[in-house]
Amino acid sequence: MTTKLFGTKVARVEDQRFLRGQGRYVDDLLHDDPRLLHSAVLRSPHAHARITDIDVSDVLDLDGVLAVWTYDDLTGPMAEPLPLLIPHPTLTHGRTQYALAKDEVNYVGEAIAFVVAVDRYVAEDAVSRIRVDYDYLEPVVGIDAARAAQRLVHDDVPGNVGARMEQENGDARAAIADAPHTLTLDLDIERSACTPMEGRGTVARWDPDTSRLTVWSSTQTSTGVRGCVAAKLGLDLARVDVITPDVGGGFGVKINHPWPEELLVPLAAMTLGRPVKFTEDRREHFISSAHERAQQHHVEVGFDDDGRLLGLNVEFWHDHGAYTPYGLIVPIITSTQLLGPYKPLNYRVVFESLYTNTVMVTPYRGAGRPQGCFVMERTMDAIAAYLGKDRTEVRSTNFIQPDEFPYEHGLVFQDGRELTYDSGDYPASLAKLKELVGWDEFEQFRAEMAAQGRRVGIGLACYVEGTGVGPYEGAHVHIETSGKVKVATGLTTQGQGHQTAFAQIVADTLGVRFEDVEITTGDTRKMPYAVGTFASRAAVMSGSAIHLASLRAKEKALRIAAEALEADESDLEIVDGVVSVRGTDASPGTRIDLGTVAVLSNPLRYAFDEASKAATQFSVGDPGRPPVAEDDEPGLEGKDFYSPQRSTFANGMHAVIVETDPDTAEITILKYAVVHDCGHLINPMIVEGQIHGGVAQGVGGALYERMVYDESGQLLNASFMDFLMPYVTEVPTTIDIDHLETPSPLNPLGIKGAGEAGVIPSAAVFAAAIEDAEGFPITAMPISPSELYALRLAHADDPAEAAEAATTTAG
Amino acid sequence: MSNAAGEEVHDVRLHVNGSVHEVQVPARRLLSDALRHDCGLTGTHVGCEHGVCGACTVLVGGRPMRSCLMLAVSAVDAEITTVEGLTEADGSPEGRLSPVQQAFSDCHGLQCGFCTPGFLTTITAGLRDNPDPSEDEAREMIAGNLCRCTGYQNIVKSVLRAAALRDGRGATSSGTENLEDA
Repeated sequence: MTTKLFGTKVARVEDQRFLRGQGRYVDDLLHDDPRLLHSAVLRSPHAHARITDIDVSDVLDLDGVLAVWTYDDLTGPMAEPLPLLIPHPTLTHGRTQYALAKDEVNYVGEAIAFVVAVDRYVAEDAVSRIRVDYDYLEPVVGIDAARAAQRLVHDDVPGNVGARMEQENGDARAAIADAPHTLTLDLDIERSACTPMEGRGTVARWDPDTSRLTVWSSTQTSTGVRGCVAAKLGLDLARVDVITPDVGGGFGVKINHPWPEELLVPLAAMTLGRPVKFTEDRREHFISSAHERAQQHHVEVGFDDDGRLLGLNVEFWHDHGAYTPYGLIVPIITSTQLLGPYKPLNYRVVFESLYTNTVMVTPYRGAGRPQGCFVMERTMDAIAAYLGKDRTEVRSTNFIQPDEFPYEHGLVFQDGRELTYDSGDYPASLAKLKELVGWDEFEQFRAEMAAQGRRVGIGLACYVEGTGVGPYEGAHVHIETSGKVKVATGLTTQGQGHQTAFAQIVADTLGVRFEDVEITTGDTRKMPYAVGTFASRAAVMSGSAIHLASLRAKEKALRIAAEALEADESDLEIVDGVVSVRGTDASPGTRIDLGTVAVLSNPLRYAFDEASKAATQFSVGDPGRPPVAEDDEPGLEGKDFYSPQRSTFANGMHAVIVETDPDTAEITILKYAVVHDCGHLINPMIVEGQIHGGVAQGVGGALYERMVYDESGQLLNASFMDFLMPYVTEVPTTIDIDHLETPSPLNPLGIKGAGEAGVIPSAAVFAAAIEDAEGFPITAMPISPSELYALRLAHADDPAEAAEAATTTAG
Repeated sequence: MSNAAGEEVHDVRLHVNGSVHEVQVPARRLLSDALRHDCGLTGTHVGCEHGVCGACTVLVGGRPMRSCLMLAVSAVDAEITTVEGLTEADGSPEGRLSPVQQAFSDCHGLQCGFCTPGFLTTITAGLRDNPDPSEDEAREMIAGNLCRCTGYQNIVKSVLRAAALRDGRGATSSGTENLEDA
């Protein structure tokens, strides 16, 4: 492959439409169709209640209202619970909600009734006129209440435990018992959420002329939605098309499916014979989509004088909210990816996944890794403090070494495959990070700042991220007779610049001009076999599939061109869309453009233009043979799938220098450094953009964002006024980034995923830096200035503890 | 006069991007909804409907306003500019990207594109008032808009590059290799 665009900062093609206001997001669709109807959802105002009566009699006579659905109006599969998408055998007590609540509600925001009207305003008017009678039940809010199990979320789930899972490599408890040194830590992470700028949305149109249903959804998996819609509405799959238009960010939450509205909108469109739209508003996104992150951990660790991990035993409790449609993916990832770049000699992890009467939990960028990274890195810092060693030294002692790959952890990963790292160079990454942040010069800086009465701290955190999880993605490459190349892959796009990065791969692999390549994602009409965009998998999975499909198209192009040019295939090359005999000048008979090759690939009976004249049966082919050979097919196309045996593991390390105000406890970021290794970079500009965004989300998660539930299960900060998402004023003014490119041996391009990386080490790295500045342990994140201030007071009350903390964190 | 829902509607003349849109809307219809659904200008996006995220920012009489916090009936006779109106005439049907739009392309100042229209309108007005902002001033200029994708790093660069493009410093042709110039 002649590498020209792979690895370069190619400007994004999608920007043109976005910058002109010509993007097409789901709420933009069908806006000029006068038949379009709008919907609104009545949601539970109570966290836990039995529904005794729903009275919709005041709704239907309202002008502009066409229909209202409650559970009693649902039939067949629609009346069954929503799918449990990932039915892990350990999930012994999985529960999912109904599209519309049946008898009971289990969180504030659960859908109860669905109204369709001429516009959203009228639909909301109607919703406010529905009367529901409830018997109130005491809610279970928070991990402590779930564990105490004095009340149950679901009557038939004892102890509120949806699943208990244990994995062990070696005998961690015995190793800890025998270890020269031991520590225990109790660590806590609160809830946050993806909060993409665009919420969820679905539009559906039933075409009675062709008996086809078209659904547009702001989803991370169009094929997943298609399967669910067909199954729930009792339609043949072939009658359902799902298209994901431009999507205003996902960050994980849009991978869950089907949302109630993704089924109710198509149901309404078919029932009413008119297109129907649902657009989630911001409050709805807070209370009726999904959250993540909340976990409590108890760690026991045994280590030697060097800080080598002899035994690590982690127990944790994961708050999965009211339902478990996405199974155990988040806590399984926490339990396995907690290990990061380290190799404890013995490791045991056990978790309980717990029900609470709160919004359900599904993956949010990082998907359980930020919690695992927080736990492991807090443990590393605690060991360093205990031994009085530099924190980087303890980490180095425990690193998997470059010559130890593939490294088997003896555990099973989220995809049911062995947790085996494919490649990496952690010592090199650490060396780069120390250089980038000025680790070795920091004590001098600390002294200088202290002389000015300023308090600073430095922290670092390392992570490994399983990316490119299977099972597969596919791609279809079609070279048209114009020479333009149309490429389809089935996974969806939420801002990652796939139309650019994938076109770079096609241009290089096929030998065509970048401008001639057009990429389509997330359209089941063009590629019905796909999984979705999550787990930093798009570049690895679809990128590889597109590369393989391009190779197939190229192979066919060379074969046909060789015949036309009467040359040997091995003597041909394709440059800028022209096949030519390598090393010859531009003389006729030595070159043929791909458009002409496409013409030749498709023997025609009818000529419809000049190009097609050249392909009629009178012009091409050997009269002694069938026009299309037995083992061939017409058209210049390539299709292939990429299905790796297991995930590829990216890694990285972050360091931050913070200043904490001695009076106000305000936390200011002075320097933020990132070393990132996601193998070969397709487009470094896009990768850096992903890191920037991840770091900003991480800053939010570490210092600002939390879901504040009161004891009755009300989410108190369900707005952008109260949920503190970072503005530009909260993020670092610069983020210093350095890359390592350790290729993955698992795919043809040597790439690893990059999407989630930026957010994974944030809680860990900020906790470390704040602890370093303050001199007492930070064990719970996020942390606000007032919480830091409270910690100062608590440690001031206990001078002995404060002094001890100050000395043990001096490393 | 009433609509299909029986609500009284008002004849409203909206001046948007140099064109007149005659729409009939109930008094409660938000300007953001009127622009998107009555005028068909879906480039203005609605991210929160409570005036915090800034995605719906349009220029009203040249000033950045949250169109989700304005009623359409209150925008009568005002000159409104949406993202669709930022491009500059160059004889082509689609027009040429304005310096602010071009800067976002040059600096990778956008990812999903949902918040982008609000940034573009805000910065357009901001640079008119302060054509040569310092980096701090560039950050201040965009400090009322939320973006969940970019971490703002490249949006700040875009503001500075747009300022350079506006006064002819820096090539007007695109190219991310110019990123460092910003």
